[in-house]
Amino acid sequence: MTSKMLVRALTAVGLLGLLPIAAAAPGESEWRKPWGLNLPEGVTSLSQQAYDLHMLVFYIVCAIGAFVFIGIFYSIWKFRHSQGAKPANFHHNTTVEVVWTVVPFLILLGIAVPATQTMIKMEDTSGYDMTVKVTGYQWMWEYEYMDEDISFFSRLDRDSQRARQRDPEISPQEVEHYLLDVDNPLVVPIDKKIRFLLTANDVIHSWWVPELGWKKDTIPGFINEAWARIEEPGVYRGQCAELCGRDHGFMPIVVIALEQDEYDDWVAEQNGDVAAAGDDPADVDVDADAGADEVADEQLEDMSQDELMSLGGQVYDSQCLACHRAEGEGMGSFPALAGNDEVTGDVSQVKDVIINGVSGTAMQAFGGRLDDREIAGLVTYIRNAWGNDAGDLVQPSEIRDAR
Amino acid sequence: MSSTTDTAHHGHDDHHHGPAYGITRWLFTTNHKDLGVLYMSFGLLMFFIGGAMAMVIRAELFQPGLNVVDPYFFNQMTTMHALVMIFGAVMPALTGLANWLIPVQIGAPDMALPRINNWAFWLLPAGFVLLLATLFMPGGGPAGGWTMYPPLVLQLGDAFPFLIFAVHILGISSIMGSINIVATVLNMRAPGMTLMKMPLFVWTWLITAFLMIAVMPVLAGAVTMLLTDQYFGTSFFDAAGGGDPVMFQHIFWFFGHPEVYILILPAFGIVSAILPTFSRKPLFGYSSMVYATAAIAFLSFIVWAHHMFTVGLPLAGQLFFMFATMLVAVPTGVKIFNWMATMWRGSMTFETPMLFSIAFVVLFTVGGLSGVMLALAPVDLQYHDTYFVVAHFHYVLVSGTVFAIMAAVYYWLPKWTGHMYDEKLGKIHFWVSAISVNVLFFPQHFLGLAGMPRRIPDYALQFAEFNMISSIGGFVFGFSQLLFLYIIIKCVRGGEKATDQVWDGAQGLEWTLPSPAPYHTFDTPPVVR
Amino acid sequence: MSDETTSKRHTGIVTRLVLVTVGMFGFGFALVPLYDVICDITGLNGVVDLQAADYDAGAEVDPDRKVTVEFVATVNDNRPWEFSPEVRRMEVTPGELYTVTFKTTNEQSEDTVSQIVPSVAPGRAGRHFRKTECFCFTEQPFEAGENRDMSVTFFIDPRLDDRTQTVTLSYTLFDLGAGDEPDIDPEDAQLHAGSQ
Repeated sequence: MTSKMLVRALTAVGLLGLLPIAAAAPGESEWRKPWGLNLPEGVTSLSQQAYDLHMLVFYIVCAIGAFVFIGIFYSIWKFRHSQGAKPANFHHNTTVEVVWTVVPFLILLGIAVPATQTMIKMEDTSGYDMTVKVTGYQWMWEYEYMDEDISFFSRLDRDSQRARQRDPEISPQEVEHYLLDVDNPLVVPIDKKIRFLLTANDVIHSWWVPELGWKKDTIPGFINEAWARIEEPGVYRGQCAELCGRDHGFMPIVVIALEQDEYDDWVAEQNGDVAAAGDDPADVDVDADAGADEVADEQLEDMSQDELMSLGGQVYDSQCLACHRAEGEGMGSFPALAGNDEVTGDVSQVKDVIINGVSGTAMQAFGGRLDDREIAGLVTYIRNAWGNDAGDLVQPSEIRDAR
Repeated sequence: MSSTTDTAHHGHDDHHHGPAYGITRWLFTTNHKDLGVLYMSFGLLMFFIGGAMAMVIRAELFQPGLNVVDPYFFNQMTTMHALVMIFGAVMPALTGLANWLIPVQIGAPDMALPRINNWAFWLLPAGFVLLLATLFMPGGGPAGGWTMYPPLVLQLGDAFPFLIFAVHILGISSIMGSINIVATVLNMRAPGMTLMKMPLFVWTWLITAFLMIAVMPVLAGAVTMLLTDQYFGTSFFDAAGGGDPVMFQHIFWFFGHPEVYILILPAFGIVSAILPTFSRKPLFGYSSMVYATAAIAFLSFIVWAHHMFTVGLPLAGQLFFMFATMLVAVPTGVKIFNWMATMWRGSMTFETPMLFSIAFVVLFTVGGLSGVMLALAPVDLQYHDTYFVVAHFHYVLVSGTVFAIMAAVYYWLPKWTGHMYDEKLGKIHFWVSAISVNVLFFPQHFLGLAGMPRRIPDYALQFAEFNMISSIGGFVFGFSQLLFLYIIIKCVRGGEKATDQVWDGAQGLEWTLPSPAPYHTFDTPPVVR
Repeated sequence: MSDETTSKRHTGIVTRLVLVTVGMFGFGFALVPLYDVICDITGLNGVVDLQAADYDAGAEVDPDRKVTVEFVATVNDNRPWEFSPEVRRMEVTPGELYTVTFKTTNEQSEDTVSQIVPSVAPGRAGRHFRKTECFCFTEQPFEAGENRDMSVTFFIDPRLDDRTQTVTLSYTLFDLGAGDEPDIDPEDAQLHAGSQ
């Protein structure tokens, strides 16, 4: 099973201290911490340059600000009517005016030079060692390693998913990397020039890991390029930065940078896996933080009604709610699911609609992004929630057969 | 042009009649002072509606987790907060000030097109009824951000056409208002009131009005294309049909960046009127102020793509827009330095309008300096779409424009009502606002730099502390504005009688009028020097 | 100043300003073709011609120069399609013609029509990536379950700048749904809406 192998790889990584399992967690970035004030210096030359430029301009604007504020507050202190200050009557001074037009211009010119150099470097994707294609979805990411036969979806991890609901089972404070953790992180080697190709599946998203030094929009129908050469092994987290709908805040990015040999091991296991399982790698579905125990026995066992309804409810809230609404009442061209005979009727049709979508409508195919358990839960949920009374349970194995 | 003939007839009236009584006075009024009051009252109402939305936003962001509202409703709040504040609060408030003040500052009896003026105002409530009604529709209101980027905005349900038509109506209203202002300023100045003698508020509004006439139609075009893409099978922004969603962003920001300056230029004019009064010293560098305003307006047309550094512009484009944007700092700097020099060696007193104006200069400078940082394309790839940007534009728009509008209200309120406002309450209002606005927005710089994207309803635990501080500042700022409302009502109803001059050092035609200013003024044009 | 002349001056200025307004509304729309022109010049956003390019076989070719061309395929909106290039990358000599195939399968149980949209990275290479034949020029009808190899014939314009060593050709497949007539006028196809 693909997921087992990934867990093994990640556990190995974790033992090396690269995953936040150990308390010391040296692989976790120092930068992300409460009361964080500043941009990261990051782990690429681009992020370092952006940081240096940022600090340079920051000091310059602080100096200009200090000049302005000292001038104003000195005036306030010195030239008070109540202190008997007599107003002067000047209203013009050509020399001064020329000076404060020209000096800022020269300062700006000074800033523009390093900014231009950095910009040129950022745009230069030539001489890359590997390519990763990033596709933005509502609301998750897909990563494809163009040189290996590896691709998978990367979604908000289950703990965060549970904690972000109304009246959550676990509070956000109990989730270690609340909203910054995913099921399948992007694993890359260090010291390799990685070229990112970015596009989107539905609306515009923006892929941003601050420690890589940039963000880039992913635009449906168009392809964008960017690059990074990560210099230190570690876990780097980021988020979608372009408003992309209801769950825009819930599609984080996790990049794990490994030493080359560890990365090679990871790739080998991925490839071995994919070949052996002969399955869509998108089925990889592991909660990196949940540990191996929960996932190891994740066979397609039958689930109880409570399990199905609860999982289905979560899936519904994250995937369906934006269009079909909280009580399944639908909106506009999105049909109501509550009290809908087609939903409670022929179960194979319901499975088909969810797995394959409906052509020519906004109903997408979810077969690629949800696993068997999730679709089973979802089908059960929509057939039995909000007064729908199909009364049956749909088990993961049935979904596997329906695919 | 029935309205122009109306003006002609109007001129023959003896002008001694006062306002009509009751609701019809306000519905049918063509009097610039009445319309100024209507515009400003509408702006104030929308300021509280938009403010309530901001309170919802800050309440949800008070701590991590889903606390108050669903993420989709949160997105509606951020979207509507922006639309209501920009098109409902700030622009009408500034237009209201223009209506009230421009005729009396240039010695004109009224605006050039009084009927158009009435019509322009009454379109506003109509537009906002359409817009706000979407919140109660199935599927909710607009939630794709005020920038309305496709394809996301096309996922909107029933509210979509309402959003588009509301934007059209508000645009038409702004254009009519602007045409009126340009015609008034160019045609109706009193004898001797040459262009270079006009108060800076009139100058900045003249330039603003030109900007609006130039860019509001472009916005109308952009949203019309959205509408036809959605319903009539065109594909301007649809990649599948050979369109490009990024093109919308170009067209939108071709409108959007001048729009930003539309929101700030009249504020420059206000502050340029108030600082000299309370410094008892003429404005430093009048003509350079005029040229700087014009330069900013010109530059606003060639910097739009700095909102789009992350979309994948070609290198040359990024560099061009970076340089052009950095240039904006030069005329803006000239203005700030001129205000400093105006205060220098003056004889200052610190009544409420002056306090708000000084706070404007200081806090606008903060926003301007973070703007210089944002101009740098390679670092903007980090700043873009984070709370750093949110902090930046709120410094410019709230502690900038909104503070200037409040300064203007305190400054001219005695002239409008004939009563002095309660100075003690005014000072309290200022200090509470000035402190809380910084508690509200300053930590957002840190949040953005530390990696918090904007427009998210929930956040990682590392952002909890600053968000809580920011929310507390937000609640204090929000509720302290009720004091502002109270002070205005109190002043309208009574108070110490204002003199005609009102302020010691005030210069300009409006201070030659009695307080309160009569319903009709300058029927006979004054002669300026 | 008499009221008569004031009125005339108002009329004049208002007329001009209304014309400006109308003009700027038109300018908003004019930005659309203008944008295409600018894209064409700068390669903005990797926009690529949807028209067939003329191939001049006699053009001068430097046989030693090599450029890597990569192929990427994306299916929009999660539609059930298989869509992938037969080769991930190839070395090409600018000025020579090449053909690549994309395996395309409509995995739905209904007939439908697809529009495949090209995009090139880096953007500046867009206008030097010339296609003489491409399935992206027109909408492609597919029967339920139909499997088809679709090909694109292209050459890299030798005028491509030297620092560009890799050109990525990305195709995104948009499923337009079954509502369309299968025989589409290719002229018309480019304006066709893909709204769903």
